[in-house]
Amino acid sequence: MFYLVPRNEIPLSFRITIPIISVVLTIICGFFIFSVLGYEPDKALYHFFISPLSRVDKIADLFVKACPLMIIGTGLVLCFRANIWNIGAEGQLIMGAIFAGALALYFPNTQSIWLLPFMAILAFLGGAFWALIPALLKIKLRTNEILVTLMLTYVASLFLDWLVRGPWRSPTSFGFPLTAYYPDVGLISKIYFPGIGYISQLHWGVIMAILICLFCWFTMEKTIFGFQFKLIGDSPKALRFSGFNESNTTLSIFIISGGLAGLAGMIEVSANIGQLQPNISFGYGFTAIIVAFLARLNPAAVIISALLIALIEVGGDSAQIALAIPKVVTGVFKGILLFFLLAGETLTKYEIKYNFNLQSKTND
Amino acid sequence: MIDALILTILMTSVPLILAATGELVVERSGVLNLGLEGMMLMGAVSAFALTYTSGSLLVGLLAGVISGCLTAAIFGFFVLGLATNQVATGLALTIFGTGLSGLIGSDFVGKAVTGLPILFPESFSNIPFIGVFFALDIIAYLSVLIVFIVWIFLFKTKYGLILRASGISHTSSHSLGYKVLTVRWCAVLFGGMMAGLAGAYLPLMLTPHWSEGMTSGRGWIALALVVFASWMPSRIIYGAVLFGAITIMQLAGQARGWTIPPQFLSSLPYIATIFVLVLISSRGSAKYLAPSDLTRPFIASK
Repeated sequence: MFYLVPRNEIPLSFRITIPIISVVLTIICGFFIFSVLGYEPDKALYHFFISPLSRVDKIADLFVKACPLMIIGTGLVLCFRANIWNIGAEGQLIMGAIFAGALALYFPNTQSIWLLPFMAILAFLGGAFWALIPALLKIKLRTNEILVTLMLTYVASLFLDWLVRGPWRSPTSFGFPLTAYYPDVGLISKIYFPGIGYISQLHWGVIMAILICLFCWFTMEKTIFGFQFKLIGDSPKALRFSGFNESNTTLSIFIISGGLAGLAGMIEVSANIGQLQPNISFGYGFTAIIVAFLARLNPAAVIISALLIALIEVGGDSAQIALAIPKVVTGVFKGILLFFLLAGETLTKYEIKYNFNLQSKTND
Repeated sequence: MIDALILTILMTSVPLILAATGELVVERSGVLNLGLEGMMLMGAVSAFALTYTSGSLLVGLLAGVISGCLTAAIFGFFVLGLATNQVATGLALTIFGTGLSGLIGSDFVGKAVTGLPILFPESFSNIPFIGVFFALDIIAYLSVLIVFIVWIFLFKTKYGLILRASGISHTSSHSLGYKVLTVRWCAVLFGGMMAGLAGAYLPLMLTPHWSEGMTSGRGWIALALVVFASWMPSRIIYGAVLFGAITIMQLAGQARGWTIPPQFLSSLPYIATIFVLVLISSRGSAKYLAPSDLTRPFIASK
C-alpha cells in the first residue's frame, strides 16, 4: 500500500519539470495507443507533433488555434488560483459571441470603425453576465458553482442554436442555420507583414490574446489586486484579516474570467467565421481548463501551454489527413495529458510513501 | 400513437436512471465524478463492439459494464490514490473517454445489431392502458430494481450508513475506524458499472448502431438528475421520466409543428437543475443537502 504525506516545501525544480514530464509521458502513451490500434506510431507521432511545426504558415495556424485558448485560459488561471471552479467558460464564450453578434447584426451597413471596439466591450459584458449568475448564487446562497456553470453552458449553447435557426437566421442562407455576415468593420483583419504579406490566417486577435496574458501575469504577480486573488485561494481567512472583502473578490474573478471567455468568443467569430452558426467553439472552453493546468496556474505560461494544446489540435487534423486517424484521438491525448498534470500536482504537494508491511498497517 | 410516445419516453429514461443512480452512490460517498459522459461512451462502444463480433447480447452487456468499471478505475486511481482534484480529473475522464471510444468505434460506424428482446410475451402489451409497461426490455425493469436496491442499501443497511458517513464527514468516518478510501473505491467502481450499463443500453436498444459521441449529453443530464433528485434514489425515477419526456416532447413537438422552440424544451432540464440547486442551497433541510464532503479529497493522517 502507498499513502500520501504532505510536503512542507514545494521543490522549485518540480514546478518546471512536471509539465515537461507530463508532455513526454503523454507522447509515450500515444506511441503505445497508436501501436495497439494498428497505426504506425512513428509516422502518427510525426504528423501530430512535428508536421505542424514544419512550415511558417502552419506555425501561424497554431497561433490562430491557440488564440481563444490563451484568452480563456488566463481567466481560468485566475479562477483556479482563487479556488473558484468556473467550468462553464464554454457557455460564457457563446454568450460573448451572441452579445457581440447582436451589435454587428443590428448595424449591417455601418462603416464606423467603432463597431469592433464596441463589439469587444459587449462580448466582455455578455460573458461576464453569464458568469455573474453562478457568482451571485455562490455569494448570496452558497450554491455550488461547478454545477451551475456547467448547466449554463448547455443553456447558452441551446440559446445560440435557437437564435441562428430562428430569429437571427439570414433570409439568404438557403435554410441553413446561419446569420447574415457581419459588416466588414466588424471583422478582425489578418496581420499584414511588409514584404511578406499575410501568413496563413494569422490575425490581430492573436496579438491581443498575448497582450491579455501578459497583462494578467503582471496584475497577478505585481499588484495588490493580484495578491488578493491568490490570497482568496490559499487562505480565505488571511484575506478577511487583511481587510479585503471576500465576496467582492469572488465577484470580480467571475466577472473577469467570464468576460475574457466572452471576448474570446467574439474574436473567434470575427476573425475566423464572420457570422454566427450553431457551433462556434469546438470545446475551447473545456480545453482551456487543460491549458490553465498545464500553465501551472501562471498567466504568462498560458501562452506556451495554449500553443502546445493547439499543437495537439492541429496535429490531429494533419494526422487525419495524412494517415486517416480519426480526429477524436486529440481527445485521448488531451485527456491523458490532463491526467498526468493532475498527478504531477499531487507529487508537488505530497510525498508518496510505501508501506509493504501489512502487519503494521492493521495496527494503525 | 400515445402508447408509442410513452414507450419512447420510458426507454429514453432508462439510461438516465442507470447512470444517475450510479453517480448518486458515488456522490453520496463524497466523490464527484464528472466523467459520466466518458464512462458511458466507453460502455457504449465496448457493448456494441462485442455484441457485433460475438453475436451475443449478454457478452455485449457484460463488456459495457466491465469497461465502464475500468474507466472508473482510472478515475479512482487519480482521485482516490493520488488525491487529485475531482472536478478536473472528471473532465479529463470525459475528454479521454469521448476520444478513446471514438477511436475504438471508428471501425464499427454504420454497422447494426439486433437489440434486446421484449421481456414479456407480445400479447401483454396489448392490454389497454397499462400494456405499454409490459413492452420493455429486461434492462428497463432492472434499472427500477437497482434504484430500489440502492435505496435499501443506502438507508436501511449499516454499509449504506458507512458510505453516507464518508460523504458527510470523511474525518469523522476515519476516526471511527472506517476505511474511507475503500468505501469510495467501491462507490466509484459501482458508479462506473452503472454508467457502462447505461452506455451499453444506447447502442443495444435505443438506436441499434454506434456513432461517435452518441450519448449526446446524456451523461451531463444524468449528472443534473442527481442534483434534481437531491441525492434521493427514488426521485431519480421521476426525474428521469420527466427529463426523458422533455427530450421526447421536443422531437414530437417538432413533428407536430408546435410553436415552442425545441431548444427551449431541451434547456429545461438544465434550468430546472439550477433551480433545484438554488432551492436546496437557500433553505433546504439537511436531509436534502449535498454530501458536505463532496469533492474534498481524503488524505489519511498518519
